Amino acid sequence: MTEEITELLKTDYEAGFVTDVESDTLPPGLNEHVIRQISEKNGEPEWMFQWRMKAYESWCKMKEPRWGHLAYPDVDFDQVSYYSKPKNVDDDHSSDGLDPELQDTYEKLGIPIREQGESLEGGVAVDAIFDSASVVTTYRKRLEEAGIIFMPMSEAMHQHADLVKKYLGTVVHQNDNFYSALNSAVFAAGTFVYIPKGVRCPMELSTYFRINEKNTGQFERTLVIADEGSYVSYLEGCTAPKRDENQLHAAVVELVALDNAEIKYSTVQNWYPGDGDGKGGIYNFVTKRGICHHNAKISWTQVETGSSVTWKYPSCILKGDNSIGEFYSVAITNKWQQADTGTKMIHLGKNTKSTIISKGISAGDSQNAYRGLVRMGKMAEGARNYTQCDSLLIGDQCGAHTFPYIESRHPTAVVEHEATTSKVSDDQLFLCQQRGVDVEKAVSMIVNGFCKEVFQELPKEFAVEACKLLEITLEGSVG
Amino acid sequence: MLSIHNLEASVEDKPILKGLSLSVKPGEVHAIMGPNGSGKSTLGHVLAGREGYEVTGGSVDFFGTDLTELEPEERAREGLFLAFQYPVEIPGVSNLEFLKAAVDAKREHAGLEPLDSVSFIRTARESCQKVDLEQSFLKRGVNEGFSGGEKKRNELLQMMMLEPKIAILDETDSGLDIDALQVVAKGVNAMRNEERGFVVVTHYQRLLNYIVPDYVHVLAGGRIVKSGGKELALQLESEGYGWLEADK
Ligand SMILES: Nc1ncnc2c1ncn2[C@@H]1O[C@H](COP(=O)(O)OP(=O)(O)O)[C@@H](O)[C@H]1O
Ligand SMILES: [Mg+2]
Repeated sequence: MTEEITELLKTDYEAGFVTDVESDTLPPGLNEHVIRQISEKNGEPEWMFQWRMKAYESWCKMKEPRWGHLAYPDVDFDQVSYYSKPKNVDDDHSSDGLDPELQDTYEKLGIPIREQGESLEGGVAVDAIFDSASVVTTYRKRLEEAGIIFMPMSEAMHQHADLVKKYLGTVVHQNDNFYSALNSAVFAAGTFVYIPKGVRCPMELSTYFRINEKNTGQFERTLVIADEGSYVSYLEGCTAPKRDENQLHAAVVELVALDNAEIKYSTVQNWYPGDGDGKGGIYNFVTKRGICHHNAKISWTQVETGSSVTWKYPSCILKGDNSIGEFYSVAITNKWQQADTGTKMIHLGKNTKSTIISKGISAGDSQNAYRGLVRMGKMAEGARNYTQCDSLLIGDQCGAHTFPYIESRHPTAVVEHEATTSKVSDDQLFLCQQRGVDVEKAVSMIVNGFCKEVFQELPKEFAVEACKLLEITLEGSVG
Repeated sequence: MLSIHNLEASVEDKPILKGLSLSVKPGEVHAIMGPNGSGKSTLGHVLAGREGYEVTGGSVDFFGTDLTELEPEERAREGLFLAFQYPVEIPGVSNLEFLKAAVDAKREHAGLEPLDSVSFIRTARESCQKVDLEQSFLKRGVNEGFSGGEKKRNELLQMMMLEPKIAILDETDSGLDIDALQVVAKGVNAMRNEERGFVVVTHYQRLLNYIVPDYVHVLAGGRIVKSGGKELALQLESEGYGWLEADK
């Protein structure tokens, strides 16, 4: 069965094509001059350049983190180009002015870059980021009428400098870690969101990331601020071409949920995972963190299907009393993929609550680790965490690992942790076959069943896509 | 419909079936009895095409095609059903979803549209009733946390939904109390008709009081060593298998 599983795993990555556009790409390497150029190309204010330089100086003194359960050669940061922007991008980011090649690309990827319908209710607004630039931002004007700011970061620096200055780097500090420092120094594109007091954002906001140019990295920065009593649901998707070299993606996402606000942040991560021999693929080294003020709630949902290496821990700082943090994750690895992913729930306020549901699926020769920290601070009276961490193995060449860290400094805090490991057995697959169901369908039923609790947290259209991706990722994983 | 001729099969290079012949015609019920380890379950697995069960000789003809050439799921879609001696659990996949996938796969194979959900659920509920399972079992994971008897009845539920041409029941009676046994027998009897064949593997004569077979065969040492009518089962019950083994 294992052989057939391996055979099945050799499926194609559908988003692996290259778009033929002319771009303005900086030569590889990182130094002050490069940072100055990025800043100039973005037309940034001087304070932003200074901010970047501060991060760069810290980065130069830092070391790549190697504590993950991950094995990959050192990244040569001098070989990476830190900026690449397609030419022919309209300044007003409208879909009509977009290069036809790019229009084509988004059509192929199924990303709606045109505004549809009259009502915002139930729709999806997209900021489409192509390499280092935002190329289209939909619904921006109409959202503005509702007081909602949804725009590329580079513009927010000018138009909403006060908000950017106030919050940028406050949740994930520039020198929080090696990759956040790198990102702070060189980030180009990214999305800025502000939801005013008491406003419930009527539509899903989203960013779609596409890496296209070779030898470039993508370093975007997202900042979402939900003012008091507001609500927003944010989605994030991504893809990249198939290439034999590894490409770097080092993003930072910061969420600020002020008193009584709620942010729901969902990701379907489908970066190129590398080929059947483990060649190529994206190194996905990402720092995502949110802060919850009084009575606020942040919910992270992620479906990680792509990347050759994933290092990612969307976290919540539960600062305000009664605030809530949630983390729902499906991480699926196949072939030679490696994932070290999980979350940190930092309980500072009283009666703070967090829930962690992690589903790891490993197939092929892949390695899949859950790493999670639950910290109950000195003031976290009555705080509670519930963690459920399940692993599913397909075949016998893969690995699943769980690294839970629990630190409790308050006697009334309660931390519950449950973990299971199961295997898709030959007996199960044979039962399905004997009832006429082929193995591929059987595996996808079993895996979908395993992920149910997480999928139901995703917005509906996203859930459908997630199921489809899961099937593609697992195709060929069993015979 | 099913014609097994001199079948030889090995598991992990160990010969288990050593020249087994058996012919089942439409409408017939064949009982197979025999001591533990004689190869009864192996026969079921070989017919269903389980990986690791290697056919080393002989032939199996199913409605004119060489059964051994087909993938396990193709055999199933062609109408071969095996009720497992030890049904396995599939947590997280609901019984209903599982049944729907199975029925749709079979219908697609026959060039039919998938059944609409309403009729499907109605049929599933009716079948539940026939095997005395509460409808809530449709929502539970396949065999997940079911008792031994519930698992066996769930096998029958699947059989009813799939309406096979031939059903092999591997010790579907073992571990059942008399009431559950009667439910199983009733379910099987309700499915008996002129077209459908049954191979009923059992350890105990008592099942055959309720499912009256047309033929009884004794499997020992990987071969059918004795065949007869239903009275053979009674004889085996009183005299055991010893006298047959001595014959060899
Ligand atoms: N998967 C297997 N691996 C090794 N030996 C097996 C396997 N399945 C069955 N056997 C052997 O084949 C023989 C017949 O087993 P089985 O068909 O289960 O007998 P029965 O169902 O008549 O009790 C036994 O000796 C058993 O140990
Ligand atoms: Mg047996």
